[in-house]
Amino acid sequence: MTVNREAREAVGDYKAGWHDPENSTIRFDFGLSEEVVREISALKGEPGWMTETRVKAYRHFVERPMPTWGNTHVLEDIDFDGICYYLRSSDATEKEWEDVPEDIRNTFDRLGIPEAEQKWLSGVTAQYESEAVYHSIREDLEKQGVIFLDMDSGLREHPDIIRKWFCSVVPLTDNKFAALNTAVWSGGSFIYIPKGVHVEMPVQAYFRINAKNMGQFERTLIIADEGSSVHYVEGCTAPTYSTDSLHSAVVELIALPGAHIRYSTVQNWSTNVYNLVTKRGIAHEKAKIEWVDGNIGSKLTMKYPAVILKGEGSHAEVISVAYSGEGQHQDAGAKIHHLASNTTSKILSKSISKNGGRGSYRGLVKVSPKAKNCKLNVVCDALILDEQSRSDTYPTMEVANPTARCEHEASVSKVSDNQLFYLMSRGHSEEEALAMIVNGFFEPFTRELPMEYAVELNQLMALEMEGSIG
Amino acid sequence: MGQVTPLLEIRNLHAGIGESPILKGIDLVINPGEIHAIMGRNGSGKTTTANIIMGHPDYEVEQGDVLLSGEDLLELEPWERARSGVFLSFQYPQAIPGLQVGNFLRKSVSSIKGDEAAKGAEFRSTLKDAMKALDIPRSFLSRYVNDGFSGGEKKRFEILQLLLLKPKLAVLDETDSGLDIDGIRTVAAGVNSAVRGTSTGALIITHYSRILEHVRPDRIHVLMGGRIVASGGPELAIKLEEKGYEWLEVKSKAEGCA
Repeated sequence: MTVNREAREAVGDYKAGWHDPENSTIRFDFGLSEEVVREISALKGEPGWMTETRVKAYRHFVERPMPTWGNTHVLEDIDFDGICYYLRSSDATEKEWEDVPEDIRNTFDRLGIPEAEQKWLSGVTAQYESEAVYHSIREDLEKQGVIFLDMDSGLREHPDIIRKWFCSVVPLTDNKFAALNTAVWSGGSFIYIPKGVHVEMPVQAYFRINAKNMGQFERTLIIADEGSSVHYVEGCTAPTYSTDSLHSAVVELIALPGAHIRYSTVQNWSTNVYNLVTKRGIAHEKAKIEWVDGNIGSKLTMKYPAVILKGEGSHAEVISVAYSGEGQHQDAGAKIHHLASNTTSKILSKSISKNGGRGSYRGLVKVSPKAKNCKLNVVCDALILDEQSRSDTYPTMEVANPTARCEHEASVSKVSDNQLFYLMSRGHSEEEALAMIVNGFFEPFTRELPMEYAVELNQLMALEMEGSIG
Repeated sequence: MGQVTPLLEIRNLHAGIGESPILKGIDLVINPGEIHAIMGRNGSGKTTTANIIMGHPDYEVEQGDVLLSGEDLLELEPWERARSGVFLSFQYPQAIPGLQVGNFLRKSVSSIKGDEAAKGAEFRSTLKDAMKALDIPRSFLSRYVNDGFSGGEKKRFEILQLLLLKPKLAVLDETDSGLDIDGIRTVAAGVNSAVRGTSTGALIITHYSRILEHVRPDRIHVLMGGRIVASGGPELAIKLEEKGYEWLEVKSKAEGCA
């Protein structure tokens, strides 16, 4: 919160509009108004239709009440006037390395993350020096006709494509936080994969190290044209320190006929952050959308990756894990809408809660009356590590066609003393044993991640298990 | 008499769970390279003995000592005992879903034998040979630890760990239970190769004398009501097979009254 506090002191009561602190090119704004929204759009030099979309979204945001489900009393703690909605400088902040909390710095060290990358992750520096990697990957993709840009550049260079698809999956009236994102979005990724192109390697290498991707209100749009495929990896397992308390992203995926999109995320926001994200994809005929979604950090996360199975024979998969430690609530799950026949979906949700943390699975699977022979499978497993912690499951299935085949399994378990003893008898300390059990529990998720993410996630969970043995 | 430091020395061990006593004064000495067997009925304290040697947190030792090569084991945490060379083959090996066998073996060897021991060609060839000897297919390595294993697979997996971890003292708690005769033979061959011709000692806990036909113990002890009521050579197993435990019961009652 250091930056906000300093900046607030600098701007005093000047809540709307812009202010230049001395010796800095950074502009801060606290609070939101239609003028601010217009000014964001003007500063970015956006086309008029985008400005109007933003303004409409802003109006909807103002009128729209808070969601009535989820952890509503925590949501009411959000101080919308205390949030800075736009940082103009590409050199994001003048945050000092010393301001980054010590526990986060220690975690970086113990994960073996190089210092330069640590600084980037903490927002101390905006760029990580790996331009060479970034360029070679990008050139390779460009040769295949893949468009891979940050969203702002995408809007400048390909306004027609964006105009066609922007808000087509998540309309600006979808929910209060999607409306807010649409009004003030900045950064995020824009990806277009041409027909029949298969992007072989998971495209994370440069996003992990690209500051523009990580913002408070990033907006991502991925379009996979017919028969193409892409695996996109967003975020990182290492702690992402943010002084901003609200992260509200929107991600829209469009998988055209026969296309395959896999979108993997691991978020590890610092525990002051409200992480309220709307993620949704539309799968056309025989297309496939997979969300691989890990939630480790934040104070409150509300995130339900969704897939609309619009085309016949399309398939959706949502694999998610959530870890809730002290003071954390991960309210995560999935939503699948079977609109067409012969569509299939699979949800696997795993949550661990510890030290009074709370993990909730909230899921909705809907089969429309016209959709015949759909198959859906939902599995939720919770692991509770102590008496103070909590796990809830809120599964909803609305099946309006009798030919659907539905399976639902849920389990809640605890780590048994005998499991711990077994592992300890093989030379592993109690903490190591607990980490092995916990990482095993997450394994069905971890194995879906690129190797370096999987390794880091395992190390991170091992760190989380330290000091948990009493 | 030559002074050999016993591998395992249990002196006047009284222990139980909470307030209820289970072991009521056990004495046992195993020298390097020796195989001992403890036999007895259900509830006689066999598994308690095994768990106390390994350090199960549920058990409380009221008095007595357990020494490994003269070092006090009771002061050590279970993982420290493992690193000092104690191994327990569990009666009920625990499933750890999501933890791959190969990964688990490497980690366990590394934490007990050191990082170097878990790396490179030597580890791989030891693993390969041990799996072959126990008739364990390669695909086993990518399964999850004891998750969905049959009874026989669990026991063979325990012996695989014994062969890789090469402990100073191997305690085998009912490793033969639930195995058919081929299983017992395979497991016994594993135990023999881990112990025979080495300084490793073993304590075999069993109901039946069958496994003892394949692993010839040096000494057999009969546990009853938390006490060792009889000790002897291999002939004791044969006698038990013929006469059951009743004659011992009578004998120990008579002695208790005296």
